[in-house]
Formats: sequence, structure tokens, C-alpha cells
Amino acid sequence: MSLELTANERRIAGGADGAAMAMRIVAESAALLGAPRLIPVASAHIDGALYHGDSGTLFAERLVDGGARVAVRATLNVGALDLMGCSRVRLEEPQRSMARRMMDAYRKLGCEQSWTCAPYQAGHRPAFGSDVAWGESNAVVFCNSVLGARTNRYGDFLDIACAISGRAPHYGLHRPENRRATLVFDVSALPPAFMASEIAWPVLGSLYGREVGGSIGVVSGVARDPGEDALKAFGAAAASSGAVGLFHIAGVTPEAPDAETALGGIAPDATIRVTPDMVSAAQARLSTAQGADRIDAVAIGSPHLSLAEFDALERLIADRKLAVPIHACTGRHVLAALDRDGRRKALEALGVMIVADTCVVVTPILPDRSGGVLMTNSGKFAHYAPGNTGYAVLYGSLADCVESAVAGKPLFAGTGR
Amino acid sequence: MSSVRAEILVPGQAGEGRALILSAPISFWGGVDPKSGRIADVRHPECGQGIAGTVLFLPGTIGSSSASAVLMELVHAGHAPAALVLHEPDAILLLGLIVAREMGWQTPVAVRLPRDAFGSFRGKSVRVGADGEVSFSG
Repeated sequence: MSLELTANERRIAGGADGAAMAMRIVAESAALLGAPRLIPVASAHIDGALYHGDSGTLFAERLVDGGARVAVRATLNVGALDLMGCSRVRLEEPQRSMARRMMDAYRKLGCEQSWTCAPYQAGHRPAFGSDVAWGESNAVVFCNSVLGARTNRYGDFLDIACAISGRAPHYGLHRPENRRATLVFDVSALPPAFMASEIAWPVLGSLYGREVGGSIGVVSGVARDPGEDALKAFGAAAASSGAVGLFHIAGVTPEAPDAETALGGIAPDATIRVTPDMVSAAQARLSTAQGADRIDAVAIGSPHLSLAEFDALERLIADRKLAVPIHACTGRHVLAALDRDGRRKALEALGVMIVADTCVVVTPILPDRSGGVLMTNSGKFAHYAPGNTGYAVLYGSLADCVESAVAGKPLFAGTGR
Repeated sequence: MSSVRAEILVPGQAGEGRALILSAPISFWGGVDPKSGRIADVRHPECGQGIAGTVLFLPGTIGSSSASAVLMELVHAGHAPAALVLHEPDAILLLGLIVAREMGWQTPVAVRLPRDAFGSFRGKSVRVGADGEVSFSG
């Protein structure tokens, strides 16, 4: 099956400007993937504005110079700098200027200055069943699974090309027949006390991603909707340990009123019966510094913290001074609310370092410390921190993270450790 | 001299180099240093080896959607493989070559061969032609 473009798409691709470049990139990707046609998209979320080297900056500036503008709503994922000035990013020149130029270029293309990996909590929520082009693995999986909008895992540069052309290749998760679950991930054997705990969903997400890889599964045996922040943590962890773009939870997510519907009435290829031992092993795998007797920092907010998560953080700190800093990563949509009531200043006075527009695993913020130990409640931070920051990781609940930050050493309570 | 004709995934320059056959899938973001082309993932079996100038045989890619950005950076900085051999089209990684071509930079050719054919190139010096012909000597 070969790609057929409309007359208008062909005309745009034949030009010499930025719009032509974007259309050619979308069309070549579609041809590579065997997509028969392009489809219109309603919005985009752009992961390509994070600096990895000069080539990405030059590409974005070429689009700007060619007069390109996004044709649909396009929010921006994190960049390499904290433009709000909350935290100090240790990115040196000339990289710092190139990262800044890159962020400027995406602004000039008409993208919204959202700078968050949780755009779905910053007012960007595509309608159920709509086709969109989103990048950033946790945003993709939330968009597909929790909102029921349709996107593939768009790589850097294809996301902005789709936003400019307003088109995406018609393949993969855009097609309803490819959204059916083929595996069952049955959690009914897990104790209700564990399922109600804060660490349940990030730990289960990490296990789920490892078990299903790139397949689509339906989680069964969940008694009640765990809430949006838990689903966010589950998806982010799953998309770090596996190539997960879409999951279903029977009775919770919109394409799974029950497991049979998510399976499309077809018997699953396999059923994974999750045991407490599997969960304990998955939880242990999230830590690389087991037995550490000190911590150097705490990091939370991957994906970016919601206002409700800041409420929980404040309750747990309870006005105590921290012995080691908690890096709390969030977006400017939450920062505005924190600033309004003076909550940000109060948190900072206690030792919380708020990180906005970016996060501690994508750009150098943590002190350069060999043998450092980082504690986190995020399955995604636990996955990427060792490789990207050099810190070993201790995984715990938010309550464990706060108590450890107050004490200046690892403390685990109430989670069976 | 032995040769096989492969399907072209992304057209590019012919290349010649030592075959580097990865024994596990890799995430380019976090797994390959974009400044040098060295494999940096401590959990990867070929950690420490450089992919620059090799004919790189990939058994699959995993992880971040920024793999495209890392490959494009390697192309721009002159640290890309001489050619890439994949068993299936990879939408995210190969995007790095598609965009680099749009930028007018010289990119290596990427071709498709069945995974079970990778082993016969082990230890060889391999040439991949712009027409998709994959050959080796020695």
C-alpha cells in the first residue's frame, strides 16, 4: 500500500518554505510507516523543544526563517531552562544560548508557552475520539488512555511538523482496530490496603510496562477509580519501562467500560495474574541504592506536580524545616496558583526547591555529586535518574520522601519496608 | 565477496565500515552519547563501544521519543554510523535521518534486512551501497 497525498498536500509539499518542509517530513514518515494517507489532527503537544544539541536548534530556526506557523493548538513540553527563574540550571555556554534560541524558535512558530510534561492538567484536553499528534511518552499514554483521544508516540521533529501541516500519518493508534487490548493484567489478587496506598499505581505501572512491552493491555480487578494523579503516575512509569502508548483499565478508562469491551469480545493472548511477590520485586527494582544510609536530595514531579499534589506535599511537611532539599518539578500553570496565595515562598523557606518549565532528569540542576543518592516517589524519575544524573535512586512514597528529607536520612514507614 | 540486496528505508550516502551488531535493543536518548556516538547505557551489553563510522545493525529500539534528536545530532556533528541496518522501519529513530536530509546534511543510508541475517556480517568490513546492496569481504 503506498501513500496517496491530496492535491493540496502535494502542492504544499512542493514549495520551498517552512510549511513545505513540514509537509514533506510528515509525508516521508507516512511512507516509511506504510500509511495510506494523511489525516487532519486537532492539536499537538511538542516534545522537540528540549535541547539535545545544536542540530535541533538549527532545524527549528529553519522553520521560523521559512515563515512556518502551527496550524493547530500546540503546547510545549519541558525545555532545558527554567524560564521562570525558580531554580538554577547549570547548563554552560554555548549550550545555554543554543537551548534558549531553541525555546524562542518554538515560541515564534506559534506554540503555547506551557513548558510542561502534563499538558493535560494545564488545560489541553483533546476530545474523546479526536485525532491529535502528541510527543512525550507520558503525555501520549495519558492522552490515549485517560482522555480517549488518538495519537501515536510522535518522535522529536515529527510532532512540530504535524502541528505546522495540521496532518499526521494514518496508522497505528489513530485506527480504532489497533486500540483493542490483547492482554489482561489482573490485579484482583492484590490486598486492598496496597491498592489504596500512594505507591500502588507507580509501582504497578513499572511492572505493567515491563510485562506488556509494546502490547496493549487491560487492567482488571480494580475496585474504584484511583483518580487522575494516580493514572498519570501509572502511565508515566509504564511508558518508561515499556513502549506503552495506550492502556485500558476496566471500569475506569473511557474505552473500557469492562474488560470484554476493551478486548473487543476476543479472547486475550495472555492473562498476567499479578501477585504480591511480583509487586514487591517491581518496587525493589525501582531503587538502585537499597541500604543507603543517607540521601543527598529528593525529587518529585515526574510528570509535573498538580496543585492537588502540592496540597499533599504541604500537609506532609507540616511547616517543618527540611534537612535535604525537595526538588518539586511543575509547570507554570501550577506556579501561578502557588504564587497567588504566597504558598511558593512558604514552601521555599522550608527547603523546597521549585523547578518550573523543566525537570531534574532532562537538564543539569542537581549538584554534580558522584555517588549521590536521590530519593523519589516517581516511577519515571526512578527509571531515568541513574543514567541522566549519575545519582543512585531510592524509591518511596511521598510521605517517605518528606520524612526522609526532614530527617536527612532514608526513612520508610507503612509501606512494608 | 558476498552481497545481498536490501530494501532502502531512508535513502542516503553509501557507507563502509566495521559491522557493529548490537545484541540488545537500545534507547538512543540516554543510551548513546550525542556528543561522541559512544554507547552510554550501563545496562547495555555493548556499553562503551562507539557507533560512529560503523555499519550499525540494530535489533530494535526502545524508550524515549527523542531518539530522532540524538541521531540527527550525531549526523550533524559527524559521529553518525556509516550506514544503518534495521529489521523493521523505526518511526522514531529514522525520523532523525529524514529531518537531517531536509536540512541538506549528508546522511547515511538506512536499509532493512531480516534479523537472522545480521550474524553473517559479524567481524566483517561491510559496505552498504546507495542502491541498498549490502556486501562484505574478509
